[in-house]
Amino acid sequence: MIIKGNAHKYGDHVDTDVIIPARYLNMNTAEELAAHCMEDIDKDFIKRVKPGDIIVAGKNFGCGSSREHAPIAIKGAGVSCVIAETFARIFYRNALNIGLPIVECDVAGLGIESGDEIEVDLSGGIVRNLTRGTETTFPPLVGMAQTLVEAGGLKNLVRKRLGVD
Amino acid sequence: MNIAEKLLANAAGEDHVKPGQFVNCRLSCVLANDITAPLALEAFAEMGATKVFDPERIALVADHSTPNKDIKSAMNTKLMRDFAREQGIRHFYEACGGGIEHIILPDKGIVLPGDVVIGADSHTCTYGALGAFATGVGSTDAGAGMALGESWFRVPESMKFVFSGQRRKWVTGKDLILFTIGKIGVDGARYRAMEFAGPVIEGLPMADRFTICNMAIEAGGKAGLIAPDQTTVDWVTPRAKREFQVFTSDADADYAEVFDWNAADIEPQVSFPHLPENTRGISEVGDIAIDQVVIGACTNGRMEDLEAAADILRGHKVAEGIRCLIIPGSHEIHLEATRAGLVELFLEAGCLVSTPTCGPCLGGHMGILAAGERAVATTNRNFVGRMGHTESEVYLASPYVAAASAITGKISGPEEI
Repeated sequence: MIIKGNAHKYGDHVDTDVIIPARYLNMNTAEELAAHCMEDIDKDFIKRVKPGDIIVAGKNFGCGSSREHAPIAIKGAGVSCVIAETFARIFYRNALNIGLPIVECDVAGLGIESGDEIEVDLSGGIVRNLTRGTETTFPPLVGMAQTLVEAGGLKNLVRKRLGVD
Repeated sequence: MNIAEKLLANAAGEDHVKPGQFVNCRLSCVLANDITAPLALEAFAEMGATKVFDPERIALVADHSTPNKDIKSAMNTKLMRDFAREQGIRHFYEACGGGIEHIILPDKGIVLPGDVVIGADSHTCTYGALGAFATGVGSTDAGAGMALGESWFRVPESMKFVFSGQRRKWVTGKDLILFTIGKIGVDGARYRAMEFAGPVIEGLPMADRFTICNMAIEAGGKAGLIAPDQTTVDWVTPRAKREFQVFTSDADADYAEVFDWNAADIEPQVSFPHLPENTRGISEVGDIAIDQVVIGACTNGRMEDLEAAADILRGHKVAEGIRCLIIPGSHEIHLEATRAGLVELFLEAGCLVSTPTCGPCLGGHMGILAAGERAVATTNRNFVGRMGHTESEVYLASPYVAAASAITGKISGPEEI
């Protein structure tokens, strides 16, 4: 699967409080949450973001609160993939569970700036910065992470376990 | 094996597990709160589940927006209440009789040593203080856990933090964990289990141990663990309504890293905005005027924390213009504090005493900061906008430092009082 979109670049330790502030956590739909996505770190993000765009960040993306509202807001905003040097554990698991593509790779080596056109070959394990002609590889998912992606998220796996489908 | 590995091996029915291995574990308890439960229950229904695996092993706690701050929050709590009734879940708590999830689950004996627990709240790691493997997950994982009674785990590498020497006066579990996060950083234990050990930890009461494990997530930890000892067993025994198991690390257990620290070198700590790793000793803080103090939260809302605040505030007044919010962590703690005369002491000192809630910790309600305002809080996060406006600031500290700061109106150590 190939994903292509323009980058929105952030730094290290982007926490789930800035991805979706707690004052909106009494909302539960992707549409409501997406309207406030990244509001406390980048208040114009939601005006700029276009379907298919890619969030690019440094270390420990999604740290802090376990709120699944964070990946839901990102996916709801039309973001096709999040690329980071590393992800916080709960965010990583939540993203896989809800089917938001995420990639851990050498972001620094790609020299990405906001607006750059990025291409992610999910199955091939390659990220390319088409604007600057750089690329890097990432290892394939293993274990449960791979199983979750293949199943299209945790809900599908549980439905199978329960014999619903 | 170390304690994390033993707990996961036991719940997976394996003799031996090692870091990196994927295991399926039986769950002793699945938790969700008023923010995460609505999505978890939606996921539960979408998974085609109709019955929870065991109503005794589900806990639903409305605590974040409690007492319900608006119509949406009230509807979320109603969703939980209705689900609990329909499924026969006894452990549903809300305003009146409830409290903050990570305080009441151990207090009511719902989580016990030897358990493997998932909770749709990142501070679920608190229960590691009991010698349970407890970790935060999102709503979909919690919904799956409620349906299946099991969850998958990647066995984490473990880090060991050994505290020796003589703990200084006014240095609490909060200071030890802020110090630790300051040393290793907010992703220093990412994906790993953090085991706290050594004579200083062994000498701490349970309240301090809960505080330490509560903040393992602030270093990225998957779990924070303290081996159960006599202190743990004495605390748990009158609360437990089912059997529990004690696991401790083998002498030759493997660790990815081991840190040895002398507690005598550690003074009360303050974490500066906007990351918990921005830690300084109280002597290096300087002159920082504040607007608000919050004493409470799942980190420091226990009776011992209120007693610590009272020790400082007794006979003093909160500085003019400072709002000092004291939030007991549960209905029982509120009652105990009232009977002990602490509520009167706090009110006379000029504090307000709120009913139990997570409210201000996450900038939900009950004490939101305006632009330019600063708070000293016994909470666990000081991210941008965490307690309100993106231009407000939160400084994390112990109840001693928070109470002392309320009296002086600037960040202060207890020795200044």
